[in-house]
Amino acid sequence: MYGSLSIVEYDNHGKKYHEEDPKKLAEFEARIERGEKIEPMDWMPYEYRRQLIRMIEQHAHSEIIGALPEGTWITRAPGFKRKLALLAKVQDEVGHAQLLYSAAETLGKSREEMINDLISGKSKYSNVFNYPAVTWADSAIIAWLIDAGAIINQVTNAKGSYGPYCRALERICYEESFHLKYGYDNVVHLATGTPTQRQMVQEALNRWWTPIMHFFGPPDKASVHSEILMKWQVKMASNDAMRQEFLNMYVPKIWELELVIPDPNLKKNSNGVWEYTEPDWDEFMRVINGDGPCNKERLAVRRVAEEKGRWVRKALLSPTEKYVTPLA
Amino acid sequence: MKFLDPRVNRLNLPKEYNEGFEEAQELDQWQTYEVFHQRSRGEQHVHVGCVHAPSAELALLFAKEQYARRSKCTNLWVVKTADITPSDYEDEDIFIPSVDKTYREAYGYKVRPLINTFTQNSSSESVVKVFIQEITNSKGKKTYIIKK
Repeated sequence: MYGSLSIVEYDNHGKKYHEEDPKKLAEFEARIERGEKIEPMDWMPYEYRRQLIRMIEQHAHSEIIGALPEGTWITRAPGFKRKLALLAKVQDEVGHAQLLYSAAETLGKSREEMINDLISGKSKYSNVFNYPAVTWADSAIIAWLIDAGAIINQVTNAKGSYGPYCRALERICYEESFHLKYGYDNVVHLATGTPTQRQMVQEALNRWWTPIMHFFGPPDKASVHSEILMKWQVKMASNDAMRQEFLNMYVPKIWELELVIPDPNLKKNSNGVWEYTEPDWDEFMRVINGDGPCNKERLAVRRVAEEKGRWVRKALLSPTEKYVTPLA
Repeated sequence: MKFLDPRVNRLNLPKEYNEGFEEAQELDQWQTYEVFHQRSRGEQHVHVGCVHAPSAELALLFAKEQYARRSKCTNLWVVKTADITPSDYEDEDIFIPSVDKTYREAYGYKVRPLINTFTQNSSSESVVKVFIQEITNSKGKKTYIIKK
C-alpha cells in the first residue's frame, strides 16, 4: 500500500557512515562544528536523516497521543476555569504534533506514512502515555511533572543542528511554560487542600513516579553510534544527564509540598548527584512493545479519528492537487 | 472492549478493532501552504511554518489556529509550498560579494575624517579663506565677486 505514497529517496539512501562521500561528509560536519544549522535542502548523511525522522516523528506521535490521557478529564475538570485551561493545553499538544510532523516531513517522510506507522504500531511514542489518568490528580501530575520532563528534553534538543526541528521546538517550549505553571497550580491546590485531596495527589504521584523515571529512557551505554549522534548534534544530552537535571529541579519542589516520593533510596549525594532506585526497565520494554494498560485504547482512539474524518478530507481534496515536501 | 475513558467506551468499539486497518493514501492530508505572520502593523510578514489544507481559505483558518493562537497577530498570508521557488543552499556563495561593493553600503561613506582635517587646517590658517559677496548693480541685476 505504500507504493502510492511520497517517499523521497535521496542519492545516498541506505548508506552507512563510512560509505558516504568523504568530501560532502567533511563539509557537513564542519558546518555543524561551526554552529551552523542544517536546512532541508542541504546534503546530509543518510544516518542523520534517518535518526532525525525517527526522533521527530516519535516526538510528534507523543504529542498527539499525550493529549489523550489528559483529554479524558476535559468533561470532568473541577470548575470552568480549569476546564478552559485544560482545553487550551490539549489543543496546544495537538498543535505541537502538527509542528513536529511538518519538521519531520521536510526530511522526506510524508505525513500519511507517519500516521500509518503510528496506527500500525510500527512507530513508537513516549511510553508514559500508555498509562491511565485515573483521577483528576493524575492529570495534574502529568501536566506538572511530565511536561517538566518534556521541557528539559525540548530545551536541550532545541540547541541541535537541524533547523526545522529547532524552530518547532522553540515555539513549543514557549507554550509549554503555561502547561507547567498550570500543572503546578493544580498540584499545589490539591497538596495544600483537604486530607482527601492530599491523599488523592499522593496516590497519583505514587502511580506516576515509575513512568516519570522511565520518561528520559534507559541508562546510556557508551557506543560509537551515540558518539556520532552527539557529534552531529542530533542527540544533545545523555538520558541520565536529563534525568539528573529533572530530579535536581523538581524533587525539592515535591518535597516542599510534603509529598512522599515512592523511592526510599532517593537522595542527593555529597557530589551533588542524585541516587535513586532504577525503575523497572523490563516493564518499560514490555509497555513500549504494546503490553501496557492503555496501548490498545490509545491507538483505537487515534484510529477512530483517522477513519471517521477520512471521508471529509477526501471530499475536500481537489483532483489537481500535488504534494511537495514543505520547505522549512 | 472496556476502556478507562468513558468517552471511548461510548464509541462501542468491537474487540477486534485494532486488527488491520485501511492505510492513509497519498494526499489524505492534502498539500502544504507556507504561513507568513505579521505581528503588528508596520512590521514585516515573517515565515513561521506550514499547514496542510485542501484550499487557501482553509489554510488561513488552520494557520490562525496554529500560528496566531497565542502570540500577537495582525495579518496572515498563506502561499502554496509548490508556488515558492527557493534558491539553492549549494549556491550560497552567490551572496558573497566577489568585489568591493562598499559603495552600495551606508558604511562605505565616511566623510568625517575629511571634515576634521579641513577644519583643523582652516583654524591654523594654512588654507586661504574665500567668501563670496553679492552685489546688485544700478539696473537691479545681481552679480557675485570673490573676495579673499
